[in-house]
Amino acid sequence: MKVKEIVSLVAGELVGAAIDPEYEITKAFASDLMSDVLRFSMDDTILITGLCNNQTLRTAEMADLRVVLIGRDKQPDEDMIELAEESDITLIKSKYSLFKLSGILYDAGLKPLY
Amino acid sequence: MHYTFTIEQGNFTDAGQASSSVKRTLKQLGVDPANIKRTVVALFEAEINAVAHAYGGTIDVDIDDGKIVMVVADQGPGIPNIDLAMQEGWSTASAKVREMGYGAGMGLPNIKKNTDDLKIDTKIGVGTTLTMTVNLV
Repeated sequence: MKVKEIVSLVAGELVGAAIDPEYEITKAFASDLMSDVLRFSMDDTILITGLCNNQTLRTAEMADLRVVLIGRDKQPDEDMIELAEESDITLIKSKYSLFKLSGILYDAGLKPLY
Repeated sequence: MHYTFTIEQGNFTDAGQASSSVKRTLKQLGVDPANIKRTVVALFEAEINAVAHAYGGTIDVDIDDGKIVMVVADQGPGIPNIDLAMQEGWSTASAKVREMGYGAGMGLPNIKKNTDDLKIDTKIGVGTTLTMTVNLV
């Protein structure tokens, strides 16, 4: 599923300079615990999280995650946006809850990590 | 090649900068992506541990053709029970640390999983030194 399709499905908004909106995502992982994120292989995976701070992006960078979807209507600040751009990570924000985001994306065909 | 970084207690704004810098260096050196991933995940966990639990410290990274050795040395308080700290899910993280997304009790187990060798030297009131080795060959 392309990044731009995900943005549309979750009534989301790209924040900052995104990577290629055609970038393909096949899996999703939802977590607010960053140590759990670091436990798994995250190739072609989108992270769905309500944790909206620099550590979300640092963790994504270490885990080789290129797309992060921030739920619960959290607002990334300027520092976060800058760090996302530096780290080549696409940030999407949405007003939906993590449960709703997960449901929509699962229904649309994204696979769980396990 | 040798790199040194400083860790500041409780500074979650900059936490991860050292790991990020090491990741960029390893990419430039053409290290295999799987080895980069396990190196930076281990280093990042150790860096976050030192920011979250310790009173500051240092990171020393040595890279040669055969291995990467990372030493994360902090200035206390030390780990009272290493066996417990190595158990998945066991954590002493504060509410502030949990708000930052950490404190799942996966730090040291994750470091062990991602490294070929892990040595933990800890003394209560003095500090903890983690020596982590990733073999490249």
